[in-house]
Amino acid sequence: MKTYEKKGDKATRNGFGEALAELGDVMPELVVIGADVTGSVLTSFFQEKHPDRFFSVGVAEQNATTVAVGMALSGKVAVFSSYSAFSAFRNADQLRVSVCYNEANVKIGGAHSGITVGPDGATHQSLEELAFLRALPNLTLVSPCDYLEAKKATKAICEMAGPAFIRFGRPAVPMFTNDDTPFILGKANILREGNDVAIIACGLLVWQALLAAEKLQEVHGINARVINMHTIKPIDVQAIVDASLECKCIVTAEEHQVHGGLGGAVAEVTAKNSPVPIEIVGMKDTFGGSGEPFELIEKYGLTWKEIYASALVAIERKNGTFNKIRQVKDIASYHEGL
Amino acid sequence: MDLKIEFEEKIFENKRRSPDEFKIIANTLRQDIIKSLLLAGSGHSGGPLGIADLMSVLYFGGYLNYNPHEPDWKDRDRFILSAGHMAPILYAVLARAGYFPASELATLRKFGSRLQGHPGLDVKLPGIETSSGSLGQGVSIAVGMAMSHKLVDKDSKEVYSITGDGELQEGICWEAAMTAGTYGLDNFCWIVDNNDCQIDGRVKNVMSVYPLKEKFEAFGFTVFEIDGHNIVDIIATLDKFTRFHALRKGKPVCIIAKTFMGNGVSFMHDNYKWHGNPPNKEQAIKALEELSK
Ligand SMILES: [Mg+2]
Repeated sequence: MKTYEKKGDKATRNGFGEALAELGDVMPELVVIGADVTGSVLTSFFQEKHPDRFFSVGVAEQNATTVAVGMALSGKVAVFSSYSAFSAFRNADQLRVSVCYNEANVKIGGAHSGITVGPDGATHQSLEELAFLRALPNLTLVSPCDYLEAKKATKAICEMAGPAFIRFGRPAVPMFTNDDTPFILGKANILREGNDVAIIACGLLVWQALLAAEKLQEVHGINARVINMHTIKPIDVQAIVDASLECKCIVTAEEHQVHGGLGGAVAEVTAKNSPVPIEIVGMKDTFGGSGEPFELIEKYGLTWKEIYASALVAIERKNGTFNKIRQVKDIASYHEGL
Repeated sequence: MDLKIEFEEKIFENKRRSPDEFKIIANTLRQDIIKSLLLAGSGHSGGPLGIADLMSVLYFGGYLNYNPHEPDWKDRDRFILSAGHMAPILYAVLARAGYFPASELATLRKFGSRLQGHPGLDVKLPGIETSSGSLGQGVSIAVGMAMSHKLVDKDSKEVYSITGDGELQEGICWEAAMTAGTYGLDNFCWIVDNNDCQIDGRVKNVMSVYPLKEKFEAFGFTVFEIDGHNIVDIIATLDKFTRFHALRKGKPVCIIAKTFMGNGVSFMHDNYKWHGNPPNKEQAIKALEELSK
C-alpha cells in the first residue's frame, strides 16, 4: 500500500522563504528581521520583493528577537529567522519573556536544524530545541515534513495570532505531500492506515517512517500506521490516544534528541491517557559531527532502518514476547538483516 | 505611632508646568512608592525613588502623548520601562495619570494583582506596553517599536525607554544601541538612570560601564548628560529631543541622567543597599514624613 510518492527533492527552507515572499504581497503588516544569514534561511526572497519591510540587525539574535517583539507590539506580524542553533537558544530568554510571556505576534524560523545541516558540525546542529520550545507557554511549534508542507505551515503560523516557531532544514529532502494534503495547525495527518503499530514522526523522519512502514509490510506483513505530527505544540492528543488504543504500541521518530522532543510529547500523552509501549527514535543523547547528511543520519540512526527495527521491538513488547536482554542484540541483528 | 496607608484618588494632567509643580508631583509619586512597597512587604525602593523626577516630567509635562481612557490609542507615544524592577514608579505614574484607581497601588506584588512584581502584559494593566524585567530586553523592544513607527508606518510617534546603568552590562543593550544608531532612530529617546548603583554595589566596582557618553556617541547617539533631579535640566533636554525629532535629525538621543538611588528619603539616599528592599513600618513613617514636607 503505497500512499505517498516521492516527487523529487527540495529543501524545507525553500518552502519557508517562498511563503514569506508570497505573504508579503497580501499582508502589508508582515515585516522580517534578518540576522546576517538571510541567503541561507531564505528570508532573502522576502527581502528582494519587499525591501522596505525587511530589516537587518546583524549577527545579534537576541536583539533581533526583541526588535521583532517591538514591531509586533506595534501592530506588525514580525518574522525573525536564523539557524535554530541561534534562533532558539542564543535568544532563549527573549523567547521566554518577550515573545511568549507577552504573547507577541512574532514568528521564529528555526533554519538549518537537526543533524542534516551536515558538514558545519556539532556547533550548528541544533538537536535540542524542541525540548526547550515545547516547555514555553503560548508557543505554537511546527516541524513540517517536506517543502510543500513547510510552505503551508509558514503561511498558517503567520495568519494565526500569537507566537510561533517553525523548524526546518537545509538539504533538499523528498517531496511527497500534495497541494491538496490538508495542513491544519494542531491536527496530525495520518499518511498511512494500519493497526499493528503506530509510527509518529515529524520533519525529515516522516518520509523515513513511510519507507519503514512499507518494509514492515513487505517483510513481515505488518500494517503500520504512519502519522505526520507536524505540530509539536499544541499536540494532537486525539491522534495519539487513537493510535495507542488501536495499535497498542508506538514508535516515534524525530531529527532531535530522544529526550524532550516529539517522543517525550507522545509519551506524556499516552502516560496520562492510554499507556502503551513506546520506542523513541532520535539522537541518543549525544552531539553530532561533520559529514554529509546521508552519512550522519545513517551513523546516528535517523533512517527508516532504525524505525523499522524499533517497530519490531515495540510489537514484541506489546505482545509480551520481548526479552529485554536481547534488545541490543536484536536491534543490531535487525540492522544486519537489512 | 500608628500608620494608616491610604491612596488619595488624585489625577495629574499631562501639560506644561512650572518646576515646582513637577517636584510636588514627583513627591506624590515617591509617597505612592513607599506606601505600596510597605504594603507589598518586598520590592525595589531605591531605583523608583531615583527616577521620580524624570518620570513626573515625562508623563505630566506634555512630552509623552497618551490617553488613559483609551490605553491602546493608536496615536500614542510609547514608554518602555526596560528596568522592570522599577515597576513601583511606573504603577504610581499610571495611576496618577488616570489609567486605574490609585487604590489599586495597595495590591502591588499581591496574589491576583495586576501590579505584578515586574510588569506583565498578561494581566492587562492599562498603560503597560510590554512585560519587562529580564534586563536589556525592554530597550531592545523599544528600538523595535521606534523602527516600526519611523521606518514602516513612517509616522511621528516617539518612543522613550529607561534603563538602569547596571542594566547596561547586558550585551543586548549594546546590540540595541547599534541598531538604533544604524537606523538613525530620531524618534527614540533612551534615558539611562545613572545612579551608579546595582545590587552588588557601585556599578564602577561591579563591572564598569563607563565612559557612557563616549560609548553612546560612538553608537551614533546624540548624548546629553544631565542632573536627573534638576527639573529645569530635564525639561530642557526633553525639549531638545522633541525638537531634534521634529527636525528629523536622523540620530537617536541618549539622556544620561545622573541620579541618586533613594532620592527624597534621607536614609535611602545614594545607598545601593536599598536597591531591592522595601521599607518597614518605622522607615515608611520616616520616609513619608520627609516626603510630605
Ligand atoms: Mg543603577
